[in-house]
Amino acid sequence: MMQVISLLLENKPGALMRVTGLLTQRGYNIESLTVARTYDPELSRMTIVVDVDPVLRQQVIKQMNRLINVLQATDLTDLPAVVRELVLVRIRTTMESRTAVLKEAEIFGGRVVDSSTEGYAIEATGDPEKLNEFIDVMRSYGEIEVTRSGALAIGLEAKKLRLQPPVPTKPVTAQKV
Amino acid sequence: MSILMNGATMLLECLAREGVECIFGYPGGVTLPLYDALYEHPIRHVLVRHEENAAFAAEGFARATGKVGVCCATSGPGATNLTTGLVDAMMDSIPIVAITGQVSSRLIGSDAFQEADTFGITRSCTKHNYLVKRLEDLPQIVHEAFYVAASGRPGPVLVDVTKDVLQGQGHYQPVTAIHLPGYKVFTEGHTGQIRRAAQTIQEAERPLVYAGGGIIAAGAAAELREFVELIDAPAVTTLMGLGALPSGHPNFISMPGMHGSYAANMAMTESDVLIALGVRFDDRVTGRLAAFAPHARVIHVDIDPAEIGKNRAPDVPIVGDVKRVLAKLNKLLAESPEPGSQAVAAARRAWWHRVRAWKEEHPLRPVTSDAEIKPQHLMAEIDRLSAGEAIVASDVGQHQMWAAQLVRFNAPRLWLNSGGLGSMGFGLPAAIGAQFARPDKLVFALVGDGGFQMSIPELGTIASHGLPIKIIVMNNGYLGMVRQWQELFYNNRLSAVELDCFPDAAKLAGAYGFTGRTIESPRDLRAALEEAVSTPGPYLLNVKVSPSECVYPMVPAGAGIQEMVLGPPQPVEVPSP
Repeated sequence: MMQVISLLLENKPGALMRVTGLLTQRGYNIESLTVARTYDPELSRMTIVVDVDPVLRQQVIKQMNRLINVLQATDLTDLPAVVRELVLVRIRTTMESRTAVLKEAEIFGGRVVDSSTEGYAIEATGDPEKLNEFIDVMRSYGEIEVTRSGALAIGLEAKKLRLQPPVPTKPVTAQKV
Repeated sequence: MSILMNGATMLLECLAREGVECIFGYPGGVTLPLYDALYEHPIRHVLVRHEENAAFAAEGFARATGKVGVCCATSGPGATNLTTGLVDAMMDSIPIVAITGQVSSRLIGSDAFQEADTFGITRSCTKHNYLVKRLEDLPQIVHEAFYVAASGRPGPVLVDVTKDVLQGQGHYQPVTAIHLPGYKVFTEGHTGQIRRAAQTIQEAERPLVYAGGGIIAAGAAAELREFVELIDAPAVTTLMGLGALPSGHPNFISMPGMHGSYAANMAMTESDVLIALGVRFDDRVTGRLAAFAPHARVIHVDIDPAEIGKNRAPDVPIVGDVKRVLAKLNKLLAESPEPGSQAVAAARRAWWHRVRAWKEEHPLRPVTSDAEIKPQHLMAEIDRLSAGEAIVASDVGQHQMWAAQLVRFNAPRLWLNSGGLGSMGFGLPAAIGAQFARPDKLVFALVGDGGFQMSIPELGTIASHGLPIKIIVMNNGYLGMVRQWQELFYNNRLSAVELDCFPDAAKLAGAYGFTGRTIESPRDLRAALEEAVSTPGPYLLNVKVSPSECVYPMVPAGAGIQEMVLGPPQPVEVPSP
């Protein structure tokens, strides 16, 4: 079963590599990964969807929490959470089916972001399963190209964030240079 | 008043403020500015003969003192050569800081001369690593590196510094605080859990203390001893924990695991409360996990939350600094030191009776022979000379196991060995680091003929500094541990394990300007070791030992630790017709 992990981490070079390294070293394939900065520009929020061996799940989360750049890693798989994804679909349609495509997109809450004689570019958001259906429907109307954002997740229960306060450096007698 | 200085000098200023006295390193193209600054700096630089050994020497320094060891290498091959030592330090939780040079910022990623992605390569080899591309970040990063290396669960930290940073000009701004919001160090231990631990211990009928490298890292040997004496339980220490409890302590029943003592492994298996202190339930200790300590409730104290429940789910988990947790636990136990009830007290006496019987049944006793030097005999003689006081830096293999079984250590930080990674070639450079850290101490580099031949270049380092290291080669002409496995588990098909050429020790040491000798008669052993120790300066003693000896007891791979093989297979007697 896929596991949804949400991480709050420092927005620093190499931080992403440290997190993914814990998964790739075990030979896990990452299903999706999204990362962007938070309202605090020094922090990033990351959502990873990955299939981790159930007996190792807790261990992987602990090892993520151990990383210096990670403020908090949470396994959202079994917690109340909202998981959403964005998809962009470019579809080439015949003139006859344009209206039908628009109607279908509307059913899925899709929004046309570009329109040309060739067809449309449509964006839709939703839970990943729903988007699979949307893509299947679109494909039945013509040739499509798809880009998915990967899952974004947010826990619905507030989790206490424990942060380490600054540690004063030990006083050292300054050396003459 | 702050002085304008270049990045290299600023880096040394940071190291000096961290109290660094000694760096083990090897220069190269991009670290030229650093070595130029070192030319007139009070920090001592020790030129090793290979970067891998710089990392091992830094480890030796750290293992012998508890201070952060420092090594330094240039970009590209210099940095890649460090990696084995970094992983070694990672596995054994040894605090070292590695400084590597990197090509100039503008050249990174261009396949420049001696460029390697050190930051990427060492990501998984270190507790944390840094790439410094701006001079203004340098002091903060270097001080952070030392803080991260030494705090919490110690480990290696690498700082990769580009050449333009080393050459750039700037002012050193003192760093007043380390701010790492995500780096949580749990030290105190949960009070409720500590109370539960105390209660569990008081109810224990067959308690066993299982202490490891964490005791040494935390400087908790005194607390451990007090604890063991308070509850009067038998105690084992792991390979990494040797010296945490003096080997001669009456409660000490030696090391558990694959080559552990019979008493230690039986006590592990039969205990009803296992008090695990600064250990990680390593596979070499537990054997088959499903069969490990099957009756025991486990109390596990470790500073690293990720170790709790990794291999064995504990009944009482305590995340904290084992020194502080033990101090609190001792306080609780001292208030009511007696076992929970009369019945428990009686069970404890019966338990001790069983443990003593196991100890007497199969003691770790050195085998000797008049015809050849048995490796165990060599260890017993080293033990006699050391009397628990010398530093023994061991390499990896059979000699390491025999030494762990037979050489006593009265204090922590005397037994230095590559436990987790098992890196051959560790012993000699680690001895170098230890001797620089502890010039007052007798230091043995106890190595096999395999590992020694990985470290021969460092004889140059030893000779050039006149380090009085006593190099004892346990020479059985084989990669003995691999041979042992081939013998026991691969139908004695000895494949690529014979070391049929070994240099003449007298000539080899002589070529470096010090004394060397080869012995092969048991009659010469004691005198030769005494001569090695009493001769000023370095000494190379090549001891030719029985080539066919195997380390026992041995727990076969995949077996439970109670399923020990106690000695070589006995020849089957064929009844005469």
